Amino acid sequence: MKAAPFDYVRVSSIDEACQALADGGEDARIIAGGQTLIPLMAMRLARPTLLIDINEVDDLTGISVNGDNLVIKARTRQADTLASDVVKERLPILADALSHVGHTQTRNRGTVGGSLVNADPSAEIPLIAQTLDATIIAQSTRGERTIAAGDFFESAMATTLAPDECLTAVRFPIWPAANTGFGFHEVSIRDSDFALAAAAAQTTLDSNGNCQRLSVAICGASPAALRLSIVEETLMGSDLNDDAIKTACANIDDLIDPQSDVHADAAYRGRVAKVMARRAISDARDRAKGELV
Amino acid sequence: MSEHKITLTVNGREMSGYAEARLTLVDFLRDVLGQTGTHIGCEHGVCGACSIVLDGKPVRSCLMYAVMADGHEMTTVEGLEGPEGELSPLQDAFWENHAMQCGYCTPGMLIATHTLLQDNPDPNEDEIREAIGGNLCRCTGYQQIVEAVQMTAKKLREAS
Repeated sequence: MKAAPFDYVRVSSIDEACQALADGGEDARIIAGGQTLIPLMAMRLARPTLLIDINEVDDLTGISVNGDNLVIKARTRQADTLASDVVKERLPILADALSHVGHTQTRNRGTVGGSLVNADPSAEIPLIAQTLDATIIAQSTRGERTIAAGDFFESAMATTLAPDECLTAVRFPIWPAANTGFGFHEVSIRDSDFALAAAAAQTTLDSNGNCQRLSVAICGASPAALRLSIVEETLMGSDLNDDAIKTACANIDDLIDPQSDVHADAAYRGRVAKVMARRAISDARDRAKGELV
Repeated sequence: MSEHKITLTVNGREMSGYAEARLTLVDFLRDVLGQTGTHIGCEHGVCGACSIVLDGKPVRSCLMYAVMADGHEMTTVEGLEGPEGELSPLQDAFWENHAMQCGYCTPGMLIATHTLLQDNPDPNEDEIREAIGGNLCRCTGYQQIVEAVQMTAKKLREAS
């Protein structure tokens, strides 16, 4: 359980990090929280030759509102994001999801950007990024690039980030607060363990209580967090009654690809994902109506 | 493979040593600095036995390479004792309540609950269980640990 040998460099700016990535070749990796990468290295599932430590890069931390977006810089700790009043107020779906991410000790080190680049198929932060169509911002010596969440998550533990790119921030769209609500549901073996399956939803209702905007995604039942566009299209304009939600979510079997492991078999994960999606949508509806806090 | 000089402030004392980049902070504390109070359990961030306080916050010292902590300040279980080497009120309450059996998880449990009580002097049972949610104990069933924290909180409130 000891990592293979590697070189280490601590950088103090984003430019230095990008230069080190460009010089370090394909097996150079950024390290920030290390709460996923270090276990992978301990088990030798990852063997980077160079670690570039960005923990002292102050430009990579902070949370701000920019127009209709909430911008979280990549190295912002999960614990600081969870404790942030602006996140609770403007992006409550992320605050709720973050309370399921790891434990206090891991959230104190783990970062928002790190969770995105690691792209664990069960991870909550990528799920919220998919649900809300977040935009990922990456930098390299070649310049800056923005990537839509839908194009970013490629497969389990794989993203479309190039080896020389450093994720610098993520932009979550803020929906108008009126008549908007979210839902988040997860099943795990114990609180804070990896989700067997989880779902997130956000909806805005019109003045008649009908759905005018809806986003739903699930994780744990596919190689990457999955937007359920078919469910969204089916439910648009409806009053989101429980039967309509149940019917809409019954059709996702063709979309998902759950895997069996020691914790749960594929059939169970698939069934749980469906139930989580239903509950997330109905909670979103109830919150949009002000019937659920 | 790179080797680095690493200087840490451990329990208020500056300590230095040399380590390869791949040496975890817990290995560095134990094997290079001789601070063996912090235990190594799973070595991949699951059990919480290696918890320490880094720059004021509880973290897992197996999920950091020592070189990443260069220049930083930490408290380990050795740092909880009083000025004369006496047990802290929390350590005393662990003793009183039999909040350990084999003792393997105890340093991590003490660090997790010590930082909880610093932030929240009057935690309810749910908050205590949340705070130790990342620390595994295979002996006590957790109940006595919860009771030890409750007793400490009560004593500290009465004393203040």
